[in-house]
This record gives sequence, structure tokens and C-alpha cells, in this order.
Amino acid sequence: MNKPYEAVGLTAEEYAKVVEYLNREPNELELNMYGVMWSEHCSYKHSRSLFKHFPTTGKRVLQGPGENAGIVDIGDNLAIAMKIESHNHPSAIEPYQGAATGVGGIIRDIFAMGARPIALLNSLRFGDVENSERVKYLLEGVVEGIAGYGNCIGIPTVGGEVNFNNSYNGNPLVNAMCVGVIEHDKIHRGNASGVGNSIMYVGAATGRDGMGGASFASVELSDESEEKRSAVQVGDPFMEKLLMEACLELLQTGSVVGIQDLGAAGLTSACCETATRGEGGMEIDVLKVPRREKGMLPVEVMISESQERMLIIVEKGREDEVTKIVEKWGLHSVIIGKVTDNGRLIVKEGDVVVGDMPAHSLDSSGAPKYYKDYEVPQYYRDVKKFTSSDVEEPTDLNQTIMELLKSPNIASKEWVYKQYDHMVRTSTVVKPGSDAAVLKLRGTKKGIALTTDCNSRYCYLDPREGSKIAVAEAARNIVASGGKPIAVTDGLNFGNPEKPDRYWQFRESIVGIGEACRELDTPVISGNVSLYNETESQAIHPTPMIGMVGVLDNVENHCTMAFKSEGDVIILVGDTKDEIGGSEYLARIHNLEMGEVPHLNFALEKKVQNFVLESIEKGLLESAHDLSEGGLAIGLAESCMDHGVGATINLETKLRKDVALFSESQSRFIITVKASVLEEIEGNLLREKIPFTRLGEVAGKELKININSEEVINLSVNQMEDAWRGALECLIH
Amino acid sequence: MKFGIIVFPGSNCDIDFYHAFKDGFGEDVEYIWHDTESIDEFDCIILPGGFSYGDYLRCGAVAGFSKVMESVRKHAEAGKLLIGVCNGFQILTEMRLLPGALVRNQNLKFICNTVGIKVENNDSPFTNQCEKGQVLNIPIAHGEGNYVADEETLKQLKENGQILFTYAENPNGSLLDIAGICNKKRNVMGMMPHPERACDVLLGNEDGRFILQSIITHLKGEMQNE
Repeated sequence: MNKPYEAVGLTAEEYAKVVEYLNREPNELELNMYGVMWSEHCSYKHSRSLFKHFPTTGKRVLQGPGENAGIVDIGDNLAIAMKIESHNHPSAIEPYQGAATGVGGIIRDIFAMGARPIALLNSLRFGDVENSERVKYLLEGVVEGIAGYGNCIGIPTVGGEVNFNNSYNGNPLVNAMCVGVIEHDKIHRGNASGVGNSIMYVGAATGRDGMGGASFASVELSDESEEKRSAVQVGDPFMEKLLMEACLELLQTGSVVGIQDLGAAGLTSACCETATRGEGGMEIDVLKVPRREKGMLPVEVMISESQERMLIIVEKGREDEVTKIVEKWGLHSVIIGKVTDNGRLIVKEGDVVVGDMPAHSLDSSGAPKYYKDYEVPQYYRDVKKFTSSDVEEPTDLNQTIMELLKSPNIASKEWVYKQYDHMVRTSTVVKPGSDAAVLKLRGTKKGIALTTDCNSRYCYLDPREGSKIAVAEAARNIVASGGKPIAVTDGLNFGNPEKPDRYWQFRESIVGIGEACRELDTPVISGNVSLYNETESQAIHPTPMIGMVGVLDNVENHCTMAFKSEGDVIILVGDTKDEIGGSEYLARIHNLEMGEVPHLNFALEKKVQNFVLESIEKGLLESAHDLSEGGLAIGLAESCMDHGVGATINLETKLRKDVALFSESQSRFIITVKASVLEEIEGNLLREKIPFTRLGEVAGKELKININSEEVINLSVNQMEDAWRGALECLIH
Repeated sequence: MKFGIIVFPGSNCDIDFYHAFKDGFGEDVEYIWHDTESIDEFDCIILPGGFSYGDYLRCGAVAGFSKVMESVRKHAEAGKLLIGVCNGFQILTEMRLLPGALVRNQNLKFICNTVGIKVENNDSPFTNQCEKGQVLNIPIAHGEGNYVADEETLKQLKENGQILFTYAENPNGSLLDIAGICNKKRNVMGMMPHPERACDVLLGNEDGRFILQSIITHLKGEMQNE
């Protein structure tokens, strides 16, 4: 790396583009600012061209992608703000702080819109937790980091998912999602408009932590990454709590024109993005920026990613109103500059101009945009060469179920979510561990259902179909809880986009998400892209995390997956096919990641979802559970374990027994109903032409499954629960 | 009857207590910002859970020096009710209004879970609506709830009936399974579990109402006696 532009992560062509924008060579400050802003993390230069595949509008969408967070209408003048964001690379190096600051960053994105953050979720991926001490260390650190931040600030962590796969051995994924509630007329945006208005800096002082974090996130991890520990920020949740309360209070005054979080690329991105959105310019003085270290250069001030800082654009003459509130919360605010009309971002050090750039040229609208070549990788064709007859049917299916219950992907995640305060704010109606979390919205009858989902094994075997399934399954989780799915935020985690096979995965996945979101009427309102998730040329499985929100008009109608009382009739809604390709059963029991992923038929999917949702809303269902990893057998076991009740199942099928039990066919739910409404339910299913099977009933303390009149499963619920609940903790200690 | 909830900058269970009293019981309740001087109008003061000042030093260590806390101390000394839950309990021990201390959980992890707590003494303003020996299911959410005290203090707590709640299954290593105690005068109570989180049928647990109802019943009785 002897060229200065290479040191900041730019190519020769990109450097030429900078020179063109400036009509001269950039100085060191400017070059660094372009370097961080034109990183993939900030500019989405490899991904922007693909976003056209996403539906981003709809009658409920009040704010689509491009702002701090997306906002969707839930009626009665209320709206939900949400966004997911990755902190993968920092967490790979420094798990506690990496994860903690990921949570901090996403919370700021939500309150920057004026919304009160009410829930956190997270999607985590780790490598081989059974054999790697490093992976255990990362898992413990990440979970503690998330807990440390969320618990302190007092926002409940209500849901999420944790999955394990060898493809994440060197590169864990840490995606954090935050959800806030806001009234329609209180929405604020990151907009610097009104010439002469003041740019105010609020929150923690700026240090040298997190220097160039955005650029660090935009290259592959390597042995040298460890030396970039200084690119990882340090979090202070108490400071963030003060900042959050202060910001929400000062947004009530009407003196704030725009507000933006200082996240990736720090002051640089906050200034150029708000200036670009305000269609004006901005002039700031780095000497005014509060610092926690002596001797900081202008470039260090401009690209530092110190946490818990906000940029606030205040109506001229009303700065004192802001100062008063900020001081009430024990924080400081400083005027660091003003809004101009010349379209330029001018950085001064006292009276000396040290940087002068067209504001929009730094922002993603001015950054380069790439249409990459892609190629279908050979593995994609190879993995399809599989049929279920290639594997032998296990002789003892009881043992198979027990094995699957102990698999880290299926085992209870209680060890994780018990470290998160999931009850603070006393609104968590359905806690972690069911299909989706349900929260009540105080002062209304409404509730929201929240989930994150992605089966990355499917996405590896078939990125397009796997991504469709991720959206469909998220929607099924919401529906099983009684919510109507209304919007998506996506966290797109992939390998190096400059490699054609990785880019193909990325492209296929986006096309799949787009199609599914259109079909299910859940527009993408915000999201995040994290590329370069690979080490020593091993890429992670493509992992497009789908964060979804659903609305319940009457939260009292929520539903859970637990079987409730003896005698309730168990019905399988949907059809089980010979589809063990990509299944947890195949991976865990036969050690194969192969096969066609299950087929998803949107017409059936929509019919099934509508049926389940309407039945819950009418109060006809005692429980509802979406079938996913582990198929019917694991779905039944999960519904038994929550309330410690058993079930007796009689299944007639032409499928092989293991296939019938563990196939992961899509568009399926198990529901339970009282005998008194059975006729009504089955009548509705017949009328809607939805395939279904009456499986049996809730009974006893064992899960008994007879297939074609032969007893193949007989397990005590206690025994299953002991294995399932303790497995993860047992692995770690 | 008026309840006051002290709000430190890092309190986060203040709203939960507010709504438990207001929505759950229709009681008169107000927030009190930490730099308030006079709290004379309140019959019962609550120190809610949270991370009062970030708790980077020791949990609750800084809160005792807030401006409002001089008045809170006087309020307690005058025999009026003072309740600390979670971080509030930690603050009360730091201020020596209750004996002992709360240290890190034995497993060194934050624990959020609903646990059974046994009512050891129902002759108090905080437990009069409970049966002795009754087990209430109440959420806990803390990293430092492991109650410790010297032998002599533990002995006195026992002898004076100051132990109000013990864990049915000890989650954090607390000595004598202690989950909540009161002072000798029985007007200051601290507990790690959160009764305010268990007062709403929609959240699936109303056991906390026994404790809040006890407090209300006690205050009503006092008012009638006046």
C-alpha cells in the first residue's frame, strides 16, 4: 500500500473521481473523509443498484429506506419506527464492546426519528460452538455486551435468534434491531435546512476510538484485524440513556429542524448526509467539537466513531432551549457550525479552512455505484444432487428427536435471553421463546409482534429460494402470535462482493426478498448491508436477516405456541412433502448440507397465513406454532414443553417415517382447538381448500407419535425438556 | 394517599411503578426528579430499578448523594414508608437505611427470570395481604442481587422478623436466600424482585399485586387512624 488513496480503501478510479469532484487533489483530511464515506458500509456502492428489487412503498409506509430508520403506520395516529444494523467485524475482534456499541448505534437511529425505543431484538450467528473455545468466547462476550447495553438503558430485549454453523467460525454475525413508537406528527428527519440555522453537537466528547470503523468493516477479516482493535468503539449505555431522554425531550420543543446520529464515519457522515438531504451546505469548526483527548487532528475529529453523540440542527435563535434541556440531563451541547446554501461541506479549524467538498459528493448519492459481474457457483449445482433415499432411516427415532433437541440450533436459547432484561417497561406480553414477541402499546388496545428470521443453510443452498423462505417464515412467526405482518427491515450479511460467486449469492438473495415482500405485502422500510464477511477465503453462508413487525388491533387476542389443556385437538395446517433437503435433520443427524430447499408456493402460503390469523382473531385457537427447523416432530415437542403437557398423534402417510417427522416443508402450522370449534375450523379449511390433517390431541405427559398405526415415538415431556433446556448452557460450561 | 417515585437520570423502572399504581390500582402517583428538595406531600416514596447513575462504581453508590436523598432520609426517619426495588434496594443499603449489601450474582451473569419468593413475615406494611409461607411468582432482573451481610446482622434480621421474602430456589447466591428485607421499624423495605412487573393480567402474572395492595391497605389503615 504505497498510494495514499489505497491506505484509505479507495481504488485509482475512485481517487480520480474525487479529483474530478474537487477539481484538484484532495488533502489528507478530505481523502480520509472520502475513504470512509465511500466504503461499502456507508455508500452501499456494491449494493445500491440492487435495491430497486425491494418494494419500499405502501399505504402504511410513512418513511422508507434512506433515513435513520423506516416508519410504518399502525393506525390511530401511531407508527412504528424500526431498523436493523450489523456490528459483525467489531464483534469478531472485541465481542463485548462490538456487540454493545451495535445496540447503542441502532437505538440512536430510532430516537433520531423522534420515536421512543420500546424493544430490541438481535440476530446472532456463530461457528462451531461444540468444539471451538474461540466461538464460546465470542458467544459469551457478544451476549454479555448486548445485555450490558440494553439492560442498562432500560429497553427490553424481547426476541431474536441465535444460530450456529461452521461457516461463521472466523466471522460471527451480530445484527441488532431496535423498534420504537411514535405519533405521526412527531416524526423528525436528518435534515439540515434553513440557511443560518445552527449545527449543534450533543453528547459524549470525541476521542480516537473507532477510527475508520466503517472502512474496517468493508474489508475481509484477517490476522491483521486484531491490530485494528482501535477501530472498535467503546460504549457507555448510561450516557446513551441521558442522550436519548434529552433528545426526545428537546424534539418536543419544536426548535429542532433536523437530527442525526453520529454513527459509522462519525461527524463526516452526519454532516454530509444531513446537508445533502437539506439540499444545502454546512460549515463546521472542528475546534468547537468537545474532545476527550489532547492533540487530535481535524481528520481524527471528523472520522472518529466515538459513541453516544448526536448532531442537531436547531432553528437560529432557539439554541438556548436546547442547551437548557441538554443540561437538565447533565450533558453538554455546543454550536459547531451553521447551515449554508452553497452545497458545500466546509471544515474549518478556527478560521482556517481545512476541507472544502461538495456535500453530496461524499454522500451515497455522489459515491460510485457498481454493477458487478456475477457467476453461478459450481456448488449450487452440486448440492442439488440429493434425494432422501441417499440417507438411511435411523432405527431409533426417539433418539433422533433427542439428538435434534440438543442441537445448538434447536435447543432452548434460555441461557441467552435470561441475560437480557426482556420485561422492563412492563409491556412484554409474549416473552422470548415463542414464535414472535408480542408487546402491548400502553394507552391503546393495540399490540405489535416482532421477530427476526433467517435460515442461512437454505440461503447457501439456494440464495433466492432461501431468502424467500426467510421472509415467509418471519411472517408465519408474526401470524402465529396473532399479528398481521406489515413491514420488514433487512440485515444483509454476505461475503466479498468483488468475488463473482459471492455477488451472485447477494443478488439472488435480494431478488428473492423483493419477491417475497411484494407477495406478502410487507415492504422493506429500512435495512443494512454488511459485506466482506469472510476470512481466509471462506465466506459465511449468505445471511439475509429478516426483521419483521406485525400489528394486533386487540393485543388481548395474542396467541402462543404452547399446548394448553388436555383434550385440545391438534391440527396440522398445510402439507408435509418429501423435503428434507437443507433440513436441520439432514445436517445434524446425517452431517449433510445438501439438497433442494423446500418449495415455497406463495398462493398457499398466503391462504394458510390468512386462515391462521383470522382464526386467532376470532378467538378459535388455543395455540399456533409455525413449523421450521426440525419439522413436525420438533414443532410438536416445542409446543409440549412450554406448559409440560403431552400429545398423542396418529399419522397416516406414504412418506418414509423420518421424512414425515423431520421434513421442513413450508407453509405449515400446528394449531390446537377446543373440540367445540373443531367443526367450524375444519369447515373453514375445506372451504379455503387448504390441506390439513387432524393429528390427535393434547394428552398426558408424553409425546406419542404413531405412524400408520405403528408407535415410533414415545418420549416423556420432562425428559425432552431437560435435554432441550439445558443443552446450550451445558455446551458452554 | 400519594405515592412518589424518585427518578434518577438512569432510572428505568420508574414508569413501570408509575403505571402499576396508576393503572393497576387507580392510585395518585407522581414522578420526583432527583434534584427536588421537598417531598413532604408524599406518603410513600419508591426508589425504582435501573442504573441510577450508570452504576459504574458500585450499584447505587452515587444515588445516595443526590439532592433529593436528604429529604428521603428524613422521610424515612419520620417513619413514613420508603421502598427500594432492585437498584432501589442497592441504594438503600448504600445509604445504610437497610443493613447488608448486594454483590454480583454467584454465576456472574445478569439474570432476568420469573422466580418464586416465599413470604416469611406477613406482619408488615408490605406483606399484610399475603399469607405467611405463600409463594409469589415475581420477576427478577439484576446482575448484582446477591445479598450479603455479616453473621450478627443476619442473626438480627432473623430475630426481628426483618426478612420479608426468601427465594424458593436461590438464583443469585444470596445468604439465607434473602430476596427482600425491611428495617427494624418496618417502614423501609428493599427487595430485588420487581413486584411492579407482575400487576397486569395481560402480562400473565398478577402476583405483585399482593405486595402493592399490602402497601395501599396499610396506608389506608393509617389514614383512618389519624
